[in-house]
Amino acid sequence: MTAQKLFIAALTLALGAGPLALGASGQGRDIFIPLLVYRTGPYAPSGIPIANGFVDYFTLLNERDGGIGGVKVAWEECETQYDTKQGVECYERLKGKGALVVNPYSTGITYQLIPKAPVDRIPVFSMGYGMSASSDGRWFPWVFNFPTNYWSQASAVVRYMGQQEGGLDRLKGKKIAHIFHNSPYGKEANPTLEALAKQYAFELTLLAVDHPGQEQKATWLQVRRLNPDWIFMSGWGVMNQVAVREAAAIGYKMDRFIGNWWSANDADVIPAGDGARGYKGATFHAPGTAFKVHQDIAALVYDKGKGAGKKEAMGEALYNRGIVNAMFTAEAIRTAMARSGSKAPTGEQVRAGFENLSITDKRLEELGMKGFTHAVKVTCEDHEGSGPILIQQWDGKKWQVVSEWIAPMRDVVRPRIEAAAVEEGKKLGYTMRDCAKEK
Amino acid sequence: VIYREAGQFKTSYAADAAIFPIAQDRWFLALGALAAVLVPPLAASEYWLQAILIPFLVYALAALGLNILTGYAGLLSLGTGGFMAVGAYAAFKLTTAFPQLNILIVFALAGTVAAGVGLAFGIPSLRIKGFYLAVATLAAQFFLIWLFNKVPWFTNYASSGTITAPSRSVLGTMVTGPAAAPAARYLVALGVVALLALVAKNLVRGRVGRAWMAIRDRDIAAEIIGIRPLRTKLLAFGISSFYCGVAGAELVFLYLGSAETLAFDINLSFLVLFMVILGGLGSILGSFLGAAFIVLVPIFLTNAPHLVGLSLPVGLLKQIELMIFGALIIVFLIVEPHGLARLWHLAKEKLRLWPFPY
Repeated sequence: MTAQKLFIAALTLALGAGPLALGASGQGRDIFIPLLVYRTGPYAPSGIPIANGFVDYFTLLNERDGGIGGVKVAWEECETQYDTKQGVECYERLKGKGALVVNPYSTGITYQLIPKAPVDRIPVFSMGYGMSASSDGRWFPWVFNFPTNYWSQASAVVRYMGQQEGGLDRLKGKKIAHIFHNSPYGKEANPTLEALAKQYAFELTLLAVDHPGQEQKATWLQVRRLNPDWIFMSGWGVMNQVAVREAAAIGYKMDRFIGNWWSANDADVIPAGDGARGYKGATFHAPGTAFKVHQDIAALVYDKGKGAGKKEAMGEALYNRGIVNAMFTAEAIRTAMARSGSKAPTGEQVRAGFENLSITDKRLEELGMKGFTHAVKVTCEDHEGSGPILIQQWDGKKWQVVSEWIAPMRDVVRPRIEAAAVEEGKKLGYTMRDCAKEK
Repeated sequence: VIYREAGQFKTSYAADAAIFPIAQDRWFLALGALAAVLVPPLAASEYWLQAILIPFLVYALAALGLNILTGYAGLLSLGTGGFMAVGAYAAFKLTTAFPQLNILIVFALAGTVAAGVGLAFGIPSLRIKGFYLAVATLAAQFFLIWLFNKVPWFTNYASSGTITAPSRSVLGTMVTGPAAAPAARYLVALGVVALLALVAKNLVRGRVGRAWMAIRDRDIAAEIIGIRPLRTKLLAFGISSFYCGVAGAELVFLYLGSAETLAFDINLSFLVLFMVILGGLGSILGSFLGAAFIVLVPIFLTNAPHLVGLSLPVGLLKQIELMIFGALIIVFLIVEPHGLARLWHLAKEKLRLWPFPY
């Protein structure tokens, strides 16, 4: 009976005290940024390096520059396991602490937060993911997905395939397969690929892989039967590793297998060993640690024992993605501070900061990121910028950039984005704002 | 002393057959209901409403549905997530096709569609029982999710495959969509749950519920005393799926706002099953207690280290949370296999004698 009593007491305590126990850290006069991360679960291989890149860059800002514009950056991580429901819980918990911008790091969670953003006055920065239609800033003033989105990426990858074949017209009759994670994220590129298939008369096959993607035998059997000329993949988490291994196992030509920018991390190719050599991936920043920002992080963060991960893991593709994402976030807040003259900008002002963000090559050099990524300019109409992409290739040990900056087909993508923005915006009951009236 | 029923005499059959025969229970319930209506909308923060109370009500409704099927009729089901998805997608299709239709009617219709699907998948239950039935319902779960993922008609050809709850209002107040106040959404969820819980309570007390329990306890004996197994079992499937369908519609319309099929995957089925087992099989109250347990414990475990000033890496925290949660479920099943509802009854028995137990 005593065991039972103890048990009941513990239970009552747990149920009663649970939600009251909300932590109070992160409050105060700092700039607070919530980080929705996933360091556990089937998406952890992708989630960990991003989260580490984020945290290390913010630590670097605090250590090197004393924060952003002299105000320290504070952040709090919340584990979402890439799960929408947990992500919403995290967002609701952290937004009350004065969040200035949210990086959902999941297309599913982004879809959840897009309608909330104008209500809560917290801009959503879904860098290179989320809803492609939200690139039209006239319909989605609170959502940003620069430097480029899934549709632009798909068109740039097709352009690259064309270049390799010796001209886009040579794609005619070629077989291209798109292997995608069967979720809003994975499906995102499909409409663009279908439109391009019509335009360039290549044969497109769409192959869905269900969550979490550990079982892909059936998919790769189809690939084998089809024997496509090119494979494009939109995978995430453990799905990538399995796909690369399966491709190697069926002996597919790896240099004709291109992952999107979420499917080309170090952790995705290492398990396949030598078989992964030649595998390509899209990216919008360089891999590796050959930049001044990495030296700074090594000296000011890791050597002081403040690093979030392992020092050797610096320079992984997704770690660098985290750095780029943190840098854009910090620069937007800096722009907001400069525009408003306030050291404690509001969500509203940070939104304007994002909208007027212009990162030039000169600014990149100041940040120690010369050649690391491309210059970006965000406008009221264009929250995406249709930035160019790079193709990187795995040489068995590390990623090597094997292409020039490839521009997306803006003439194909932009009209489709504008059409989709009308549709998605109407679903949410939005109206189009007039950018000529914005200052 | 407080909880004494001495002196409360019943003078009619109706009084004797009341849901709450003890006056104190009625007072307690009335006060509780009043508090549930008044306190959260006025006092609770958005976090409380959005991340704790609304999911609690939605899950409680789903648990209620599964409890009818598994707890009362003894038919083990792993298809809850699938039936909830049917409700959600049906509600989405209905409200986008008929925007004028009151959203509460849409919920009811969505539940009816789910009931129809439940009936179809309930047919094998006449021949197969126990684990085999669980496998059959598991097939329903996978088939339904696959269907919604595969056929773009269900999402109105949205390229992302996401369904988004449009803005709908009841009596001039916005209750769904991004502009709806959390308090309004909470009140709708509360109203639906209260109504359906009352219906369920009366169902299980009546002829239908007795037939379910007879089937659960010994189906051959039940058949001999004149209960038709097929009709009774199918009725359990239909009503259970109705509840799950409404819960699924609420999950998208009142809680998440937009969802993909992943929100209804097999984990959801297990989660609801855990709620029913932990709360108490064959207990209406147990459905609520189980849902509260499953919603609150992870949140407590995530926040507890903050409370004592401990700062752990979130990844580690999550792993610890999963371990404790798993351990808690096992401990629970050993210490109190009849669930939280049983603990409640024990407490009630004790309270009757307090402070002079014999």
